[in-house]
Amino acid sequence: MEETATSIESKEYFVNMGPQHPSTHGVLRLMLTLDGEIIKKVEPHIGYIHRSIEKMCEKDSYQQIVHLTDRMDYLSCHMNNEAVCLTVEDALGLEVPEIVKVIRTIISELTRLSSHQLWWGVMGMDLGAITTFLYGFRDREMIIDIFEETCGARLTMNYNVPGGLMFDIHPNFQKRTKDFITHFKKKLPEYDELLTGNVIFVERTKGIGYLSKEDAISFGVTGPSGRASGFSCDVRKHNPYSAYAKVDFKEILLTEGDTFARYKARILEMWESMHIIEQLIDNIPEGEYFTKTKAVIKLPVGEFYQKVETARGELGVYIVSDGKKNPYRVKFRSPGFSNLSVLDHISRGCKIADLVAIMSTLDLVIPDIDR
Amino acid sequence: MSNEELKIFITEIVPDAVFEENKQFLLVTVNAEHILDLAGKLKNNAQTNFDYLFCLTGVDWLTYLSVVYHLKSITHNHSIVLKAKISDRVNPEIESVCSIWRTAEFHEREIYDLLGIRFNHHPDLRRLLLDDDWKGYPLRKDYADEANIVELE
Amino acid sequence: MTKEIHLPPDFPGTVERSPDGNFIVTSLDGVLNWARSNSLWPLTFGTSCCAIEMMAAGASRHDWSRFGFEVARATPRQADLIVIAGTIVNKMAPVLKRLYDQLGDPKYVVAMGACAISGGPFFYNSYSVVKGADHIIPVDIYIPGCPPRPEALLYGLMQLQQNIKDGKRATDRTQHTPDIINYH
Repeated sequence: MEETATSIESKEYFVNMGPQHPSTHGVLRLMLTLDGEIIKKVEPHIGYIHRSIEKMCEKDSYQQIVHLTDRMDYLSCHMNNEAVCLTVEDALGLEVPEIVKVIRTIISELTRLSSHQLWWGVMGMDLGAITTFLYGFRDREMIIDIFEETCGARLTMNYNVPGGLMFDIHPNFQKRTKDFITHFKKKLPEYDELLTGNVIFVERTKGIGYLSKEDAISFGVTGPSGRASGFSCDVRKHNPYSAYAKVDFKEILLTEGDTFARYKARILEMWESMHIIEQLIDNIPEGEYFTKTKAVIKLPVGEFYQKVETARGELGVYIVSDGKKNPYRVKFRSPGFSNLSVLDHISRGCKIADLVAIMSTLDLVIPDIDR
Repeated sequence: MSNEELKIFITEIVPDAVFEENKQFLLVTVNAEHILDLAGKLKNNAQTNFDYLFCLTGVDWLTYLSVVYHLKSITHNHSIVLKAKISDRVNPEIESVCSIWRTAEFHEREIYDLLGIRFNHHPDLRRLLLDDDWKGYPLRKDYADEANIVELE
Repeated sequence: MTKEIHLPPDFPGTVERSPDGNFIVTSLDGVLNWARSNSLWPLTFGTSCCAIEMMAAGASRHDWSRFGFEVARATPRQADLIVIAGTIVNKMAPVLKRLYDQLGDPKYVVAMGACAISGGPFFYNSYSVVKGADHIIPVDIYIPGCPPRPEALLYGLMQLQQNIKDGKRATDRTQHTPDIINYH
């Protein structure tokens, strides 16, 4: 007697990957429709950390809204602050001194390095390699020490104000940054080899979660996730701001579009970040670290938009002003919001373990999505 | 295409479009009923080819509501801002552009959630960020919440 | 011959010597509290920025497994402690209450960061933030900061360990009715 495969029936069922889950990188709830282990549909439910930042900004002054942007994508908080400051400065027609642009760029790239280090550590941990978590945080702590000395805080730095920086850099800043870069250049090949040379990691990530270039443009997926599919969207190249116009770096574009390509894109971006810092750290110009603005900033009537490249993608700040001292409407176009919308599209047909790998390479930070 | 050519192109499709220019973009204001047609032509025409919608916002202007689309073309490297004006505040409705740019699916749900604008033919229009049974639309200027929100004079 | 017995310095008991051996005199409660405080397992629960400092407290430099918080469990059934790291909003509040109910007794709660204590920077003008996690569940220890340093978190957790050894607990759990939640 034979049991044929057709005599076994299966039905779809729902599993909830709830808001409290170690792999969702925050409070994201996913409703999975499964057939056995194969995913048929992923439905993200967000809003578990919606803190109404946009509504709060309508009652705050322009200097105060900078402090709220820290808490959105807290791993690239310097770039978030920079985005708001650039919008306000551009609207007022304010020109900041060269030293401010150079310092903002150096600290942005250090923030990008620390964010990618944390991403690398947590990616390994999601796939089961706890070692990467410990190594990733060790180097991240060194960068955070530099921030603590210069900017005053470890995580929510608030070093930018509209008009410049909050304090002058610490005398040790240059030396510590150079020492860190020398140290990290030796470590990054080891870290890369730890995961890339591991056959289990490669099997779990190659060919999984393919995102084509047309889909990346249509869904608005930016950052390393979009560039790994061939979508050239680096704001530092297309709309240069601060000191990016005068440094020489490559935009990392890959064509495979799968999970492994997104992983590789971030590792290569870390090399480029170090290259940018090396070009700037020795030639910090002299000058004042801020431009004087009025105590009460009022933007002219109109609307203003500014984009920056955070570690996750393109952050846009859209301010509509009616001439008063509070903005009329502030909208943050966050990179995570669009990156999350592609999750359903690329993970159909994968298994649940592949979904974890896909989510960790999309590098989602949920407060960035919910604002 | 330069701003002048874009103005000519758009005036052919929507004759009563209003144009403004600021330092960064060309701003085009149209009434809500023309938006799907205009958006489709701006994407599909090979000379304009606006294939990247990078920001979709809703703004409450007290007497009317507006939906703002920031578009960019990857091939031609030009940008434009479309604003759709919705005069009805009680039941605001507009066509969804999900069929043109798929990023609009999440963005339009967010605008529906926070401002109450209904998007017709959206594949899945329901609340995104707030609880399903939340009353009211918080980003509207007439949203009152005495317990939490302090009104400035 | 009598064997020397070495007890840890904070062990709640004494050694009585008798002619043919030693025996340890202590109170059962004392030793249970001592054991509990030295092996609290936290639940992985971080909503926003404070979660990064909590991860840093568990990582290589400020290792919290030296203090007994060795394993961070993902399921509340196997954890003793919730460290509320991050803001609690109205949508998340029933989830927090359900997780707290699923923890087995004795359970402890630490509110880490300004948002969990009182709403933090989101106290004014926010329509969706719960102004303090203690509207939902009873809290033992409050750790201020935005975000608090990992050393501050470790100090707060050590205070919790001292509280447990002294036998102190937060308000009686069974009587606590939360103000906001109406979940069934």
